[in-house]
Amino acid sequence: MADNIGNPMLRMPSTAKKGELVEIRSLIMHPMLTGLTKDKSGKLIPAHFIQTVTATFNGKPLLDIDWSTAVSANPFLAFKMRAEDNGTLKVVWKDNQNGDWSAESKLTVS
Amino acid sequence: GDVSGWPAKAFDAKVLNDAMMASVGKTDVPVSPKVKLTAPSIAENGGAVPVTIEVDSPMTADDYITTVYLFVDHNPTPLASQFSFTPASGQAYIQERIKMAKTDNVRVIAKTSKGELLASAPREVKVTIGGCGG
Amino acid sequence: FFGPGAIQAAWGAAGDPYEIPDYGNVTLLHMTDSHAQLLPVWWREPDINIGVGPVLNQPPHLTGKWSLDYYGVPAKTANGYAFSCLDFDTLAHKYGKIGGYAHIASLVKRYRHERGDKVLMLDGGDTWQGSATSLWTKGADMVGAQNLLGVDDMVGHWDFTYGQDQVEHLVKTELKANFLAQNVFSNTWQELVFKPYHIHEVSGRKIAVIGQAFPFTPIANPGYMIPDWVFGIHTEHMQKMVDECRQQQKADLVVLLSHNGADVDKKMASLVKGIDIILGGHTHDIMGPKPFMVGKTLIINTSTNGKILARFDLDVGKGKLNGWRFYYLPVFSNLIKADPEMTAYVEKVRAPYKEKLAQPLATTESLLYRRDNFNGTFDQLLCDALREEMDCEAAFSPGFRWGYCKLPGETITMEDVMGQTAITYPQVTINEYTGAQIKNIMEQVADNIFNVDPYYQQGGDMIRVGNIQYDFDPDEKIYHRCSNMRVGGKAMSATKKYKVAGWAATTAPVEGKPVWEVFAQWLQAKKHVRVEKMDLPRLNSDMKSNHGIAFPKEYGL
Ligand SMILES: [Mn+2]
Ligand SMILES: [Mn+2]
Repeated sequence: MADNIGNPMLRMPSTAKKGELVEIRSLIMHPMLTGLTKDKSGKLIPAHFIQTVTATFNGKPLLDIDWSTAVSANPFLAFKMRAEDNGTLKVVWKDNQNGDWSAESKLTVS
Repeated sequence: GDVSGWPAKAFDAKVLNDAMMASVGKTDVPVSPKVKLTAPSIAENGGAVPVTIEVDSPMTADDYITTVYLFVDHNPTPLASQFSFTPASGQAYIQERIKMAKTDNVRVIAKTSKGELLASAPREVKVTIGGCGG
Repeated sequence: FFGPGAIQAAWGAAGDPYEIPDYGNVTLLHMTDSHAQLLPVWWREPDINIGVGPVLNQPPHLTGKWSLDYYGVPAKTANGYAFSCLDFDTLAHKYGKIGGYAHIASLVKRYRHERGDKVLMLDGGDTWQGSATSLWTKGADMVGAQNLLGVDDMVGHWDFTYGQDQVEHLVKTELKANFLAQNVFSNTWQELVFKPYHIHEVSGRKIAVIGQAFPFTPIANPGYMIPDWVFGIHTEHMQKMVDECRQQQKADLVVLLSHNGADVDKKMASLVKGIDIILGGHTHDIMGPKPFMVGKTLIINTSTNGKILARFDLDVGKGKLNGWRFYYLPVFSNLIKADPEMTAYVEKVRAPYKEKLAQPLATTESLLYRRDNFNGTFDQLLCDALREEMDCEAAFSPGFRWGYCKLPGETITMEDVMGQTAITYPQVTINEYTGAQIKNIMEQVADNIFNVDPYYQQGGDMIRVGNIQYDFDPDEKIYHRCSNMRVGGKAMSATKKYKVAGWAATTAPVEGKPVWEVFAQWLQAKKHVRVEKMDLPRLNSDMKSNHGIAFPKEYGL
């Protein structure tokens, strides 16, 4: 399982006009286990899922997300941002077993 | 353990009304055409149902969508996700994929910076067997 | 072009039915759902095609006399034979088989010759599946035929059941046409997998053709064969594509090449603005010779098995459609001289399998057909074969809409068995279902056909049952349509387990003999077959005046 976890990816344009809405799409490998399924010996598999996703731009808050176990495995997430300044978008994913991943992408505004 | 700030109480609620009370604080929110929820009529894979949320708002410093709540009526945790926007978002827009075990309603409630609550119409997503075709 | 005397014999003074006066600057030719029938076949229209809710008594939910009256087509004529189920076996002897790629090619070449480069040839999909040779060549024989026919654009459904790799291979390296789909996205990044549309330059006008794959492919067929692709209807994205074609690409005409099915097309036309014409397929309907209009959008559905070639002659102006003429042309194979080039191709691709295809299995004493809402005589035979060969008290068989007919007195060959069964997930299974499970399966399938909201309809027919009897009310909601259920005439118990034979499982790969082996073995042992009575439901009495039912007595009405 450990091999198939993490590897966060961001896809967004690298340039935008000032004031333009930019779409950011992201993907991370994670099993998003609900805690309700059983293994072969009939024992409950403990919940293991991403609980928060935080997006900031140049360190300033952009979007905060709280997830339940109902979010699908290998979560895909798309959101938007208004392009105002040059800078760096950073997204951080945290799970309930101290997993912590981040990804960054630069934007140039003209 | 839980990530700090994660709203455990709202996610622990087992029925829709409790989840709404614990998150939105209300169960009877009027439907507004400003809240647009897109989901397939029939799920291809109940483990990954694509959902798109768009809320119509100016998203300015004094008038924006602060929070959007996504519910699946009969999921083990009816509150599926909670999104907190800022004016910098430019648009209250989200796309993600969620799990649905059976035919059920998906619904969204949005909260504005003025404290107003707006709901989407419930959207039924059918989880069905296939096996026929023209 | 025609065999000598043929026109006179069949049409009398009417002359050449394929002669069309010149009009406009663009011609669209449309065929769909050939289901890989390279040769002409018998094809009987359904006698029951019920429409519920908003589509009640609307085309294509008109059968028999209702359909002919609606379109003003006299019965017992060539077109009456093509467009309805009435007097099918008698008229079949008179007017002959329909379709065949060599005959279609002959018509297409003629119109290309007459109309020059004004012609676009559009294929609505379900082209690569439905025959033995298409299965054995994994669709390649059909791609060759499409290339010879000069197909410009196509869309898909059953075509996807060869799996992702083979589809990509055929689309990228074999098929000359554009494979279009505005509603197929990658599972990871939700990006378009195929080109959503193609802009053709015709007579100095820009003609946009947008493609729509069958939205429910991974549900109606095995999703595991196309694991990285997500489908769906995607109305909003369709609107985006139409706007993009009109505004950015400066399209003068927007055509939707659709595999939605007729009712979904109608609903989509009511929600999406700016589509001029929807060329529809999937539901295999006669939805001509007059197009159906929703707002300003013209909608047709072009039947199946090569039966109809549809033709629009259009006067396309700058940014708008000034006028149109429509022709819905049955492909009567014995009136059209086969195209030699296509004939040679078809012979070539069939040659390696000739012996196997021709293997005789049994003779039928009664008409065999599949297409109908609840059961067909061919499906009844298949259910009987499954029950007897697998030693089960009941059988399920999927409500596929493809599968051609055999006339009384004809020999059923291995090719004919494949014509009913040639799919990539053919395994026969035996399931122990409780009565409650049987009811649940039937209710779920029924809701995929009779849901009042077309966006929940998958466009197939009801699951066929062998030795299960039931009453049925199409107007009810899910879990309330099937009642008074019996197995072998005895009341079905919700908790008792019944042994049910079936085939074509979609959720996961299963072990089992291919259905054609089981069916062929049974036919060979029988030598002569005849269907006296079908397992049909009794319909709710409200259905008495439904214009989608040609023979109400068969359903206890
Ligand atoms: Mn078809
Ligand atoms: Mn189809």
